[in-house]
Amino acid sequence: MGVDAELLLTMYRHMVRARVLDERMWVLNRQGRAPFVISCQGHEAAQVGMAMALRPGHDWIAPYYRDLALTLVLGMTPRDHLLALLARAADPNSGGRQMPAHYGYRPLNIISGGSPVATQVLHAAGAVLASRVRGEDAVAYTSLGEGSTSEGDFHEGLNFAAVHQLPLITVIENNGFAISVPWSKQGHTKDAADRALGYGMPGVIVDGLDPVACYQVMTEAVARGRRGDGPTLIEAKVARLTPHSSDDDDRVYKSREAVAEEKAKDCVLRFRRTLEERAVLNPGDAEEVRAECMREVDRAQEDAESAPLPSPESLHLHVYGDE
Amino acid sequence: MAVKTYIEAIREGMRDEMRRDPRVIVLGEDVGVKGGVFKATDGLHAEFGEKRVIDTPLAESAIVGVAIGAAINGLRPIAEIQFQDFILPAVDQIISEAAKMRYRSNGGFGVPMVVRAPFGGGVHGALYHSQSLEAMFCHIPGLKVVVPSTPQDAKGLLRAAIRDPDPVLYFEHKRCYRLIRGEVPDGEYTVPLGRAEVRREGRDIAVFTYGLMSHFCLEAAESLAADGFECEVVDLRSLRPLDRATIVASARKCGKVLCVQEANLAVSVMSEVAAIVAEDCFEYLDAPVRRLGGPEVPGVPFSPPLEEAYMLNTTKIEAALRDLAAY
Repeated sequence: MGVDAELLLTMYRHMVRARVLDERMWVLNRQGRAPFVISCQGHEAAQVGMAMALRPGHDWIAPYYRDLALTLVLGMTPRDHLLALLARAADPNSGGRQMPAHYGYRPLNIISGGSPVATQVLHAAGAVLASRVRGEDAVAYTSLGEGSTSEGDFHEGLNFAAVHQLPLITVIENNGFAISVPWSKQGHTKDAADRALGYGMPGVIVDGLDPVACYQVMTEAVARGRRGDGPTLIEAKVARLTPHSSDDDDRVYKSREAVAEEKAKDCVLRFRRTLEERAVLNPGDAEEVRAECMREVDRAQEDAESAPLPSPESLHLHVYGDE
Repeated sequence: MAVKTYIEAIREGMRDEMRRDPRVIVLGEDVGVKGGVFKATDGLHAEFGEKRVIDTPLAESAIVGVAIGAAINGLRPIAEIQFQDFILPAVDQIISEAAKMRYRSNGGFGVPMVVRAPFGGGVHGALYHSQSLEAMFCHIPGLKVVVPSTPQDAKGLLRAAIRDPDPVLYFEHKRCYRLIRGEVPDGEYTVPLGRAEVRREGRDIAVFTYGLMSHFCLEAAESLAADGFECEVVDLRSLRPLDRATIVASARKCGKVLCVQEANLAVSVMSEVAAIVAEDCFEYLDAPVRRLGGPEVPGVPFSPPLEEAYMLNTTKIEAALRDLAAY
């Protein structure tokens, strides 16, 4: 595998932590305590592997709404995310102004994202252009779903990065569906990574259910960027284990067989089995990891639920910086 | 003080700020070696190099979106859109992203960026090189919008816009570029955003205007002065935020108001100015608020008689002023 046991264990912990938090968010939604959830379930391996190859607070990150696991690895906490889910004033992303999963966190260079998709690709390119103007070796990471590769800003961002040879790493987390629309109706190439050819940059396909493969691919792309060898497009083939969001019902467009097949390949379970076979995880370890994550999420939920909502007077704050 | 053209003042504004602050960069189509299609960035590439004066691909959303990212990471980008008519592919970046960044991040991220774009008609530019689209941006909280009419303001407002912590749309009337000359102070000065300028003092009619129309209004005001009517001509300069106090003071003083803009009137800057006058000056008015603007057609046509019929000029403004004076 080329990575040591401690790293594997760290990856596993990150994946379980994200999964436990994600599941808790759904519980809160079904209990009527959180109006909206959008999930990273099935994307954990890709996000954890990719994030572990980055330098938090040094590199620039423009994520998208499924990147819960990515942001956790970079340094955000379950408490941060539950504050956002419950629209609390202390939500570090937006102070409860945005819907959940609209990540943004200044101390970690996670650029605030809105709801229009693919716009963040250009922000990542611009941020790393600024790093390069100052002679710094930061790379920029941006991610999006395969459907968002149809957007104009995806094209404009990749083309800009290629022309200016910027260290921009764009990750397509391809789970096969943009809400209900399959890849076959987004692009006429077999793989989304084929789009890289048109920009003159490497287009790499990776098994997004394998965190180690994702870590290795990202490590290489980061090294290429830091060396000054330009951008990389990565397509991680992942699974979407939930409907698009808590407001979606996937039964009308996704067969139950396809859902069952994806669940059978659940990346968290698969990685657990791999680590058990390699004796990185010993009997009882996996249960202990999960219990530890549950305790952290329990505490985070208590904190978030007792945190105050924003005051109505704060509505007018932060429209302009000179006020 | 030296006399300079409007476009020289804009160029100097960029140059001086780039000399003063290494964070300032310029990006856009043809802004590099060519120095811009109007020569607004002439000489900047030679002085500051391609790292700070960047020829981008022909993609407006990228020009603005990349500027947003660079601003977030500590630069002070000036994004040039070649003609305001071509800003529309970048509107998602301007309105969904730049305008909302500070608010949606609860003050975490700001976008100190200037988007420069030439606008306006009277140059045989037809439908897609003549528009005045400022009103759509004035509607958006989080944005600032300025339109200079003199070389002095062009330089001073640009410097203030570059130093501002938020996204500023800086619209330049392309007919002013070489038509309008004026004194530009030596040394470092700025013209603060948000303040109108009374170009001509008067007591009979308050004329609110901006851009090229400021010059036409001043000429028309001189014609009326010969007959004893003194118009007060207020150049708004800053369209968002508007200088409400100056608008109200002039309207109250004169009691009659004419609002003049090149753009068509429906849901426009002068709709807002007229509303301010209605709200704050009702008891002081001696006549209904009048507005003069472009016709409600989709664009400025190419053929000279059509373009002339579209555009306001001193004669049309003078007629409106005389009509109002007689009310």
